[in-house]
Amino acid sequence: MSKDIRIKKGLDIKLIGVAEKTTTNSSLSSVYSVQPEDFHGITPKLVAKEGAEVKAGDTLFYEKSDERILFSSPVSGKVTDVIRGARRRVMAVKIAADTTQIHKDFGIKDASKMSAEEVKNHLFSSGCWPFIKQRPYDVVANPDQAPKAIFISAYATAPLAADLEYTLAGKDAELQTAITAISKLTEGKVHVSVGANSMFENLSGLEIHKVSGPHPSGNVGTQIAAIDPINKGEVVWVVTPQDLVVIGELLLTGKLNLQRTIALTGSQFEKPQYITAIAGASISDVTANNLNNDNTRVISGNVLSGKQLEIDGFLGYYDNQITAIPEGDDYEFFGWNKPVFDKISPSRALTFSWLTPNKKYDLNTNTNGEHRAFVVTGSYENVFPLDIYPMQLLKAFMIQDLDEMEALGGYEVAPEDFALTEFICVSKQPHQKIIREGLDLMRQELG
Amino acid sequence: MSLKENLHNLKEKYRGTKMAPAFNAIHTFLYLPNEVTHGGTHIKAADDLKRTMNIVIMALIPCLLFGMFNAGYQHYAAIDGSLRDNVIANFFTWDNLWIGIIKVLPLVIVSYGVGLIVEFIFAVIKGHEVEEGYLVTGMLVPLIVPIDTPLWMLAVAVVFGVVIGKEVFGGTGMNILNPALTIRAFLFFAYPTWMSGDKVWVYDAVNRTGTADAISGETILGSYAQNQEVIYSNWDKFFGFIPGSVGETSTFLILLGAAFLIFTKIGSWRIIVSTFIGASVMGLIFNGIVNADIITDSSKFYGLMSTNWWEHLMIGGLAFGAVYMATDPVTGSQTNKGKWIYGFLIGFISIMIRVFNPAYPEGVFLAILLMNVFAPTIDHYVVQGNVKKRLKRVTVKTA
Repeated sequence: MSKDIRIKKGLDIKLIGVAEKTTTNSSLSSVYSVQPEDFHGITPKLVAKEGAEVKAGDTLFYEKSDERILFSSPVSGKVTDVIRGARRRVMAVKIAADTTQIHKDFGIKDASKMSAEEVKNHLFSSGCWPFIKQRPYDVVANPDQAPKAIFISAYATAPLAADLEYTLAGKDAELQTAITAISKLTEGKVHVSVGANSMFENLSGLEIHKVSGPHPSGNVGTQIAAIDPINKGEVVWVVTPQDLVVIGELLLTGKLNLQRTIALTGSQFEKPQYITAIAGASISDVTANNLNNDNTRVISGNVLSGKQLEIDGFLGYYDNQITAIPEGDDYEFFGWNKPVFDKISPSRALTFSWLTPNKKYDLNTNTNGEHRAFVVTGSYENVFPLDIYPMQLLKAFMIQDLDEMEALGGYEVAPEDFALTEFICVSKQPHQKIIREGLDLMRQELG
Repeated sequence: MSLKENLHNLKEKYRGTKMAPAFNAIHTFLYLPNEVTHGGTHIKAADDLKRTMNIVIMALIPCLLFGMFNAGYQHYAAIDGSLRDNVIANFFTWDNLWIGIIKVLPLVIVSYGVGLIVEFIFAVIKGHEVEEGYLVTGMLVPLIVPIDTPLWMLAVAVVFGVVIGKEVFGGTGMNILNPALTIRAFLFFAYPTWMSGDKVWVYDAVNRTGTADAISGETILGSYAQNQEVIYSNWDKFFGFIPGSVGETSTFLILLGAAFLIFTKIGSWRIIVSTFIGASVMGLIFNGIVNADIITDSSKFYGLMSTNWWEHLMIGGLAFGAVYMATDPVTGSQTNKGKWIYGFLIGFISIMIRVFNPAYPEGVFLAILLMNVFAPTIDHYVVQGNVKKRLKRVTVKTA
């Protein structure tokens, strides 16, 4: 049975630099880095000390509060550097990769014959558990809570997002194996949201939902709200399709292979296209000979919720996209009142993007104005499809009123759900940061 | 070095100092700042608060220009009533505009000058940026005061309105009451004898009182309140060739402004439409009372109660209040459902006060201020509806 989801509220941000559908195989980077901050809410305890030799799949660190949750090395090589921040917190583990990669063997499994407990333990030991994230709080899933359903969004609507039908092509067997395995972890359903036509429609053991409408229709949070919203005390789990492939390959081959097809997007790439890379790869290697690095913002992920990288940074653990756009660190004469043709605006306040809905824009990182208190009302609602009052929720999060946060729908949101409201915010408020900090507080106080 | 670089260097030099907000206010007026995003979204939409406020000011300009001509027109027409026979020929004249320049522009200058000085002082003291809220307030204020308001009174009222109406709450975005209406209310309650009556609405009517050259400056509402006939046609009322506060007389131009605000998605059409609906409903109720002979023409309320409901929408400050004042997003209702209720009640109560207030036959600013106070209450109940729906989802599940 399929339940269609039609989203009306939202905004498609069309940018220059859509990845062309050709894939290059990137050569192995010399250095890889795994950054615990990619796994929000994790307190890492280091296992692989500096100088240790690791295989791809060997544990680098584990979660302090739950020693079963391991984090694995994406490559084989030698741990060269452990970078620590304040209070000796592990910030990054750097691994110099061997020229020939050795994978730890986790053994070939038949997913259909595994029990829920076996699947869990296999994901723990191989370091695949962090691929399963949970709502509420948008953190790595707590294995002791039973999810009421598992949600997978196979429809990407974020700006310049990688086309999943392209990056996952040929991975049907891996996806099917992974879905068979993770479906044992919930008593509920495995919901997969897809666009018009999808390879997922040929797979079994899942419930397909066809999604249409502007961004954020592809956000898994939007889909959860439309299919089976989270109530107090309930938990749902979320996995991305590219991580399902990793889980599937682990079961089929016994190897942890974190290589995925990622999209190089944005106007600062000379040739926006797809490239294969292993999680944690050095950005300068992945973008070599392609990036125009003159005053450029490089982002691991998309322009709305991705992470800003230095040019010597590393590909995020979950990301399947690198975006490069121009920095906007320049003044603009009378920029606040002259007619604007080259920027996107949800209003028509002498802004003319409403005339050209299909034009692709080359937006830069300028804030287009200064930070102010909330003034304008009613605009967030136009791009926010959840049945939640966005401004009221943000204000409750800002004043840390836990009762209000809970009552207004704090369990149902993740920071990325507030990316569009942040983008259009006239007062330039940091919505995603407000939500992230509020969710951390809720998690700490309410569990 | 270019102006851009010079200003940039100055900004860096004064960064973190006391006067930085004052400098930045002027700098950001000239140049969109060079700030880039950090954390959160890496790109931002083109709109900021300055642009938003600027659109409202643009929507007010026609009212201001019209008000300047009307200042002269009402003055000369009060002296020589025959001018009203040919409005078109006698309205857009240099003589009329000149009265506007010497009477209306000073109101604008005092309003902006005094208000912005207060804003700058507060920004420097509190160390925050100068916020854009006053750009609109400063334009609204001269348009909603009578033409013969003394400038010193206006200055005192502006200081009161900005400090008590806004800054004590924390500045733009934090205020409970509409600052422009706070200023108007201060004028009304502090100087009631000056602000009401039949003289202050037409330039020079006050000075000439008691002399051989005395002229009348009665507004339409004033005449109706005294059960008198008015000399103005409905077209006069619609296009605004009538006495009143400086910029609120032309319903036509206000509707044009409303169309502009709604088109640019800056003003809330929900509030504008529902205010007019609320006013119409109250007007219809009063018309019904008159038609049912519940009151007779001996009643002191007869004049305004028997005024056609649609006429109520054109006279007084209703249209101006609905379009430019009630739609203030900070003091109005913030939820879409709430905006319908909020607007409706503003219109409804406006006409009620207009009819029943014996001292001063206008109620729009009082109605909006009253609803400003109740807007959070309306929103509270709207949001509670959402909260209840969420709770119900759980109980349906567990049941």
